[in-house]
Amino acid sequence: MKSSEKHTITALVEDRAGVLNRISSMFRRRGYNISSLAVGKSESAGLSRMTFVVDGDAKTVEMVVKNLHKLVEVIKVADISEENAVSRELALIRVKCDVATRSEIMQIVDIFRAKIVDVSQDTLIVEVTGNEDKVNSLVDLLDTFGVFEVMRTGTVAMSRGASFEQDKAVTSPRILENAS
Amino acid sequence: MIKKGSQIVCESLLREGCDVVFGIPGGAILPLYQALPEYPELRHILTRHEQGASLAADGYARVTGKPGVAFATSGPGATNLVTGIASAQMDSVPVVIVTGQVNSWTIGSDAFQETDITGITLPVTKHNFLVMDASEIASSIKEAFHIANSGRPGPVLVDIPRNVFIQEIEYEEPGELNLPGYSPNFSGHSGQIRKAAHLINESERPVIVAGHGIIISKAYDELKELAERAQIPVITTLLGISCFPEDHVLWTGWPGMHGMAYSSFAIEEADLIIALGMRFDDRITGDPSKFALNSKKIHIDVDPSEIGKNIAVDVPIVGDVKEVLTRMNTQIVAATHPAWLKRIDVLKKDHPSLDIPETSKLLARQVVKDLSEETKGGATIVTGVGQHQMWAAQHYRFKKPCTFLTSGGSGTMGYEVPAAMGAQVADPDSTVWSIAGDGGFQMTLCELATIAENRLPIKFAILNNGFLGMVRQWQEIFFDSSYVSTAYTGNPDFVRLAEAYGIKGIKVTDKTQVKTAITEAMEHDGPVLIDFIVEQEENVYPMIPSGMTVYDMIEEPVSEKVTT
Repeated sequence: MKSSEKHTITALVEDRAGVLNRISSMFRRRGYNISSLAVGKSESAGLSRMTFVVDGDAKTVEMVVKNLHKLVEVIKVADISEENAVSRELALIRVKCDVATRSEIMQIVDIFRAKIVDVSQDTLIVEVTGNEDKVNSLVDLLDTFGVFEVMRTGTVAMSRGASFEQDKAVTSPRILENAS
Repeated sequence: MIKKGSQIVCESLLREGCDVVFGIPGGAILPLYQALPEYPELRHILTRHEQGASLAADGYARVTGKPGVAFATSGPGATNLVTGIASAQMDSVPVVIVTGQVNSWTIGSDAFQETDITGITLPVTKHNFLVMDASEIASSIKEAFHIANSGRPGPVLVDIPRNVFIQEIEYEEPGELNLPGYSPNFSGHSGQIRKAAHLINESERPVIVAGHGIIISKAYDELKELAERAQIPVITTLLGISCFPEDHVLWTGWPGMHGMAYSSFAIEEADLIIALGMRFDDRITGDPSKFALNSKKIHIDVDPSEIGKNIAVDVPIVGDVKEVLTRMNTQIVAATHPAWLKRIDVLKKDHPSLDIPETSKLLARQVVKDLSEETKGGATIVTGVGQHQMWAAQHYRFKKPCTFLTSGGSGTMGYEVPAAMGAQVADPDSTVWSIAGDGGFQMTLCELATIAENRLPIKFAILNNGFLGMVRQWQEIFFDSSYVSTAYTGNPDFVRLAEAYGIKGIKVTDKTQVKTAITEAMEHDGPVLIDFIVEQEENVYPMIPSGMTVYDMIEEPVSEKVTT
């Protein structure tokens, strides 16, 4: 059995008070690790979409999907780890900067196709969008100048090609059985 | 038509077929109580503690198969329900709870008797609602009943602020259910059913392990048909007890920590386990990595999250066990398995788990056995948790379906008093025996007042050993007989206690008095409590220590068998 891997799961949920609490409570109670969680409104009124990045082996992820689906306010769940998927997160990085280092930082920011969104006497705020690895590399590089603060949104993900709705009602139990 | 929130609650409950509510009033829920006289069809039973209300609702639900209902007020009223709610969740029992909440505009201000009961019960309910407007009451209650009693049943809590009970609205009947994220699958996958039937037809040493799911979906006939057609031994789980008649030749006991040894060995030796409406609890599997390695497994359950949770299975089938069995049975070829059935007989002979030692002492086991004989295996047995529970499960021979009510998953001591109440209210003509321990009984004995008040003819058999018996047994075996905090030296005189409530009490101290006392209790028209002063340090055998395997089983030592 492969030990810890990262899996990306998306869920369509009812946009109601307490839903996030129900979901995070389930993760906590069952001992599943969320390494990132992002929530936002979906294309349909009254529904939100969540992206979870979960640490665990295939069995753990299967149980996460099943237990998410068991929650009454969770409408659809998809494990898109194995999929050809687009995943992105946005980060704001406050980095130490002076006259001597400014141009070097700007070059790095450029290479990463990131943006400088705020400048002060001794700091810059860099905005970067990309997958988790890209954000990690930029943070590591900028840390050589001194990173004061990092704010990350957590990953959002979407499978390429056919739409979520047609493609992936994966957690209807019948489909899980077919898969096994 | 203009109606108050409180009236809408009552009418919604009646529409769902509710006829009994267990509960206790208090400030926040008072407006609901004040509406009850308008609805005499809704019988309210005033319990003496809210835990009694939630556990009584559990007992009522198990017997009737429809949701039990409990009311409590905000704050401590609601938190007192929690043990009963958690028990119902663990044992998949449909219960609908209505709690009063502080006025909606004071929520979050730490108002008097405010507690976040939807937050508290979130991990121990199947779902819960906080209803902030009277217009949502009817649909919430409709959804609550649907969720509680469909798919895998469980408790649902509806929390309603005081002002919402008083709020007057133009009442409209609730529309269709609007639960896009909730659609349990009942039918099972045809391809998987075919695969399962094929495995059964090929198997040489199959066993059925039948769980609570058989009782919940009333699949008694389908289970029997499968077992008889292919001559498959039937093992039940603790909660599955009574789903298959125990005088049937294919009945093979129940396995696990304190189950019959032959039952555990049969599972170990089988080449196919047909798991029906059960969840491979750790009390059955012991160490899951060493459980039943010689067999393939078919697992039929309505809850997909149970499949593959503890034990890897070869053929998973998500569906209602009755529907799946109905479809699967047509594909089962008649078989006889003579060698395997002979092997089961040898296991039964070699591991006589149900023998009771010859002794003049009053053994708790003997009381259960005598009770089984005197009631001809036809009573509804309600137990608490511990040694008496295991002896009840081992030595009572159940002949009628759905007659064993016990707190299995959560192991709630004190279940035996309120759940017996719920069972008797659910079926007033049934004979309900509550087999209790002196420990658990004292956790909920305040309900004797409710029982006396409602003249519920429950018979209590307290197996009084003056100990928290199962804990003492663990101390004896695993902690060198260091009996820390398990001796109950200050027990009351239970007979006089019963009499204080106007309940007939009988004390039994000698083996020869057992049957007479039982007969006397049965002949008495009303509740009776028998205090059986049993042997103090009797142990439950066999025993598979927690997390171990069937090969680590401790069977009854011979020295204990020859006590005089």
